[in-house]
Amino acid sequence: MSQNGKEVLVRVEGLKKHFPITRGIVIQRQIGAVKAVDGVSFDVFKGETLGLVGESGCGKSTTGRTILQLYRPTAGDVYFEDVNLAELKGSPLRRMRRRMQMIFQDPYASLNPRMTVGNIVGEPLEVHNVATGKARREQVQELLALVGLNPYFVNRYPHEFSGGQRQRIGVARALALQPDFIVCDEPISALDVSIQAQVVNLLEDLQEQFGLTYLFIAHDLSMVRHISSRIAVMYLGKIVELAGRAELYASPLHPYTQALLSAVPIPDPMADAKRQRIILEGDVPNPSEPPKGCNFNTRCPKVVDLCYQQDPEFIDVGGGHYCACHLVK
Amino acid sequence: MATTMLEVKGLETRFFTQDGVVKAVNGISYKLDEGETLAIVGESGCGKSVGVMSLLRLIPEPPGKVTGGEAFFMGRDLLKMDKESIRQVRGKEIAMIFQDPMTSLNPVLTISRQITEALELHLGMDKHQAQDRAIELLEMVNIPNAAGRINDYPHQFSGGMRQRVMIAMALSCMPQVLIADEPTTALDVTIQAQIVELVKRLRDELGMAIIWITHDLGVVAGLAERVLVMYAGMVIEEAAVHDLYGAPTHPYTLGLLGSLPRIDMLRDERLTSIEGMPPDLIALPEGCPFASRCDYVIDRCLADTPPLISIAPGHKAACWIDVSTGRER
Repeated sequence: MSQNGKEVLVRVEGLKKHFPITRGIVIQRQIGAVKAVDGVSFDVFKGETLGLVGESGCGKSTTGRTILQLYRPTAGDVYFEDVNLAELKGSPLRRMRRRMQMIFQDPYASLNPRMTVGNIVGEPLEVHNVATGKARREQVQELLALVGLNPYFVNRYPHEFSGGQRQRIGVARALALQPDFIVCDEPISALDVSIQAQVVNLLEDLQEQFGLTYLFIAHDLSMVRHISSRIAVMYLGKIVELAGRAELYASPLHPYTQALLSAVPIPDPMADAKRQRIILEGDVPNPSEPPKGCNFNTRCPKVVDLCYQQDPEFIDVGGGHYCACHLVK
Repeated sequence: MATTMLEVKGLETRFFTQDGVVKAVNGISYKLDEGETLAIVGESGCGKSVGVMSLLRLIPEPPGKVTGGEAFFMGRDLLKMDKESIRQVRGKEIAMIFQDPMTSLNPVLTISRQITEALELHLGMDKHQAQDRAIELLEMVNIPNAAGRINDYPHQFSGGMRQRVMIAMALSCMPQVLIADEPTTALDVTIQAQIVELVKRLRDELGMAIIWITHDLGVVAGLAERVLVMYAGMVIEEAAVHDLYGAPTHPYTLGLLGSLPRIDMLRDERLTSIEGMPPDLIALPEGCPFASRCDYVIDRCLADTPPLISIAPGHKAACWIDVSTGRER
């Protein structure tokens, strides 16, 4: 697959993930659904970092997990190269999993406290029959050195490491099977500011060294700007805007993107004072009862009548800049 | 010359644990003027929260203990007051907002009960007066339909609304000093912007002095007048907000600002990360606590702890090196 001369590694088409809401203890009936991801489509090009941003509860993590088939999609397709992952099961899917990995948000919760670092990082090698015994041990030590940890740490337990070091262990585990595609699910949001930069620099170095493709999920728009080549903005289960980073930050089209960008504080009092702030009223609606029409119509400062009737389509407004808003044509 | 509301001198707090004595706060001194907004910035574990909790005597004892220093509030030493007098100050003259509104509200009491408690206790209002005042307070913090929602429970409010309720509670007795301990850390950026705007408005209307504790140098830029930067329980730099961002002088502050990507400009170079991690507060090294991570380190840093000295009008730093020349002061 290719588009505009760039090779597409992952293509997501109309992906939906609804979680059922049930009532009753013995006889369970479904009385509704949380529409965590409600029809998203995008491409991830080979070797790029696609940033996926949005507020908590907008479905960005669910999107990442559904792409990797950690959740099975309710509808839609995920093509990895030319294979539709949504149709795969059992061992064919398992074989594909070697090529796509995940780095989790919370380095305190995503490492088993009863396993040594060697076993944590080496487990994928064993599960996929890549290496055992001495070969496995050697590979684990190489991986630890690669992420900037002392290779002699293999027999230590996660509690002996700091947050930043644990996240490095998580990165080493994700790299163990030499994947092509890594979903980074808020890998730095649990870390202190001075440690965040260390982990981001590591991720960038590894990308360069191994030609990795990242889907970088985050809510920190400044960091996403730094690391991504293109950025998708999600709101209430849908992507509202997708564009190259320069374009998105210089001329955001969707009213939500505009408000979101203006709400991020700048660590410089001069620049911060000069900015126009758009303060959104209210909260994100409940994803089990999204509003009729456009999802953003309850908070949008530019809302018109059409927004209450029709859901805007996600269209290309030119040059690979996509937007879903009635006011943008 | 503005009057000084609060003057802290040489505050020291220790925690006596099984593993040893945790030196959480190591002699911090600062002043807070009437109507001023002071930000205390630092990473987790730097003692920024413990420092202000010590003032209000909210440190659990044992294991904690304020082992030294003075804290004058309107001429009275908070650290030497008896239990009854400090209770009169807490909530009435100095109020506090906590980080996590989910855990700092009581889930089994209605919002009304939680706000009116302070009004009845400190201001001697009767039930009806207190209820009316509580509704006014909720309206002041922009809770829609305040009269209708006053008898709801905390779980019926969203995260941003709960933080508003916390603010309403803190303001209920019209305190002269408001201490906000990471009030927006648990919130999304669009909600954070709402809360910051609200606090600014109330500060101007009510003329309170604010101590805003945070790790986010971005929020500080748009809010504070003066900033203290803390590291390992010490104040390492103190400056007016424009000076701190315009001419940071401590290598740690420089590192922190360098490790932050900015939303308003693109840095193509790598983020400058601060290598290593903060020191163990049980076994603080000799000399400057930042020495092991500092790019400018000289022999003297390893032997003597630099004092917080004035380097320009209103600008103090604790460093042996002048970073603008790279030479010893």
